[in-house]
Amino acid sequence: MLNVLDGGLQTTVQDAGRFGWYHIGMPPAGAMDQLSFRVGNRLVGNADGAAALEITFAGPVVETTEEAVVAVTGAGLDVRVNGTRVPRWVAHRLRPGDQVACGQAERGVRAYLCVAGGIAIPPLLGSRSTYLLARFGGVEGRRLQAGDRLPVGPVPPQAEALIGRMIPSRFLPALPRDVELRIIMGLCSYRLTADSAGEFLAATWEVSTEADRVGYRLRGPALRFRDREPPFGAGSDASNVVDVGYPVGSVQVPGGQEAILLMRDAVTGGGYATIGTVIHCDLDRLAQAPPGSKVTFRSVDVDEAMRARREYRARIAAIAESLSLFDRVGLFGP
Amino acid sequence: MATRYDYGGDEFIFVDFDIEMSLEVNFRVLSVCQEIERQRIDGVIEVCPANASYLVHYDPEAVEPRRLVELLREIEHKAEHIESLSSRLVDIPVLYDDPWTKECAKRFADRHQDPSVSNLEYLMAINGYSSKDEFIAAHSGTPYWVSMIGFVPGTAWGFQMVARERAIQAPKYVRPRTDTPERAVSHGGVFLAIYPVRGPGGYQLLGMTPVPIYDPTATLVDLRERYILALPGDRWKLRPIDMDEFLAIRAAVEAGTYRYRTVAQQFEPARYFRDPPGYLKRLQIEAAGC
Repeated sequence: MLNVLDGGLQTTVQDAGRFGWYHIGMPPAGAMDQLSFRVGNRLVGNADGAAALEITFAGPVVETTEEAVVAVTGAGLDVRVNGTRVPRWVAHRLRPGDQVACGQAERGVRAYLCVAGGIAIPPLLGSRSTYLLARFGGVEGRRLQAGDRLPVGPVPPQAEALIGRMIPSRFLPALPRDVELRIIMGLCSYRLTADSAGEFLAATWEVSTEADRVGYRLRGPALRFRDREPPFGAGSDASNVVDVGYPVGSVQVPGGQEAILLMRDAVTGGGYATIGTVIHCDLDRLAQAPPGSKVTFRSVDVDEAMRARREYRARIAAIAESLSLFDRVGLFGP
Repeated sequence: MATRYDYGGDEFIFVDFDIEMSLEVNFRVLSVCQEIERQRIDGVIEVCPANASYLVHYDPEAVEPRRLVELLREIEHKAEHIESLSSRLVDIPVLYDDPWTKECAKRFADRHQDPSVSNLEYLMAINGYSSKDEFIAAHSGTPYWVSMIGFVPGTAWGFQMVARERAIQAPKYVRPRTDTPERAVSHGGVFLAIYPVRGPGGYQLLGMTPVPIYDPTATLVDLRERYILALPGDRWKLRPIDMDEFLAIRAAVEAGTYRYRTVAQQFEPARYFRDPPGYLKRLQIEAAGC
């Protein structure tokens, strides 16, 4: 059991996500930076999809009632066990009564506290992820607060051997403030004027303070839509279309005034023209970009998107390989 | 227009049948989506029908994107027009002109086209009705076809089954509200929508239903499996109620004993298009006999 002594700013239970329910309006939710989350699980010997705590900006304080193995990955923040600073991206042993306190993110936005055995709250529709907007999953569909008690799954048999495992620094995500996102343009982009489509790709956008698990509002140039007689059912504004499904990662420009990029708690559909979709693996990096970060878009086709996917998977495989090497030869190996 | 296939990033495919809304195109969407589900294509995670388009969520490691588009095109050409589909008639009690949504509209009056009147009075005027009763009779008289589900869990887009020239139309708020009460009954564009949870919104507020359309705690027996009320192809019939009935239904919902009034029927598009009001009337009589 993990007892929550302080919930931090917005700490939620998240896993790989809830899939197959987009058609009822239920977005996947799940860890916003999947790479950091997966690597954290690997460090503590879990399967990729085990539930962990997603920390946003300022971390929680938790106490374990049992022996446990934990690792913190993702955003750069101070992690202390019983007041002593410990490194991130390393598996640590906890004794009953030990407290883990996570500080404020100095780089990046979201960190993952992974525990061997995973957070074992009951899954809903196949996932333990918290979807805050509709109060679904996780712990009562909300952020954690002091007094919450989180069951932990059975600790893997060779838990002793996990202690001290670490990720070599060359594999750690760089967490740059400014990010370039690869996007496949399309969907309802036919509504934009030719000039505005080019302007969207040429502009530097800024992450606003309205950036959360649902979507990131980006400030940039005003875009213009083609003149038209509104089709029946679309609505009178030039940015309106007859309501469509919104892919996770899609970008819309309500009224042409600001761009909204939908993240893993996306609203699943609506009546604003979508103009393209950021490829899946690049959402990890946006999830670590705080307000004020600069964002640019680079147009790619589906073949380049597939190459990017392969590189992303190869990177996770290489990290897993470095862990198994560590298990064979230890910290002071070749 | 020709069907348009497009990549929504590397995990979604967007298929757009038309830029205009009509029941004809929505039936086409449903028929193609049913056929995709029947084919159980490896790598397809799910199909999400929308008003005049659909999304496929897929795993590109299991099915190559270009190959999937080919398969979807083949299905589109093969899919038959639907002869008959399951469609429930669902009773939605509504307290029109209720105090809560009127209070909400007042709070956000600065974002509205005409803050001097209520949202209901505004829609009444711009749609050419001379009294509230007349407007409510039109708004609730004919069922709404659930043509799309989404936004947040349980939100259903309802398209009233009337001739195009009789469709009630509503502009969205000039700037969206940051708050809307849960279960608010609203209208935007040509669509009815009920808010499943409290949150932002831009549709015009007309009333309040006492029945939840989304229940994350799965307390009510009818919402236990899917957490939401709406199914694609539902026909939602709004029924004006008074405050006493509203409070009585609320009490039953809170006690966990409320049962939705739904009747499962078969709906035949061809018969509908031959005589829309006549066919709807016949289905309603049939439902009343159940």
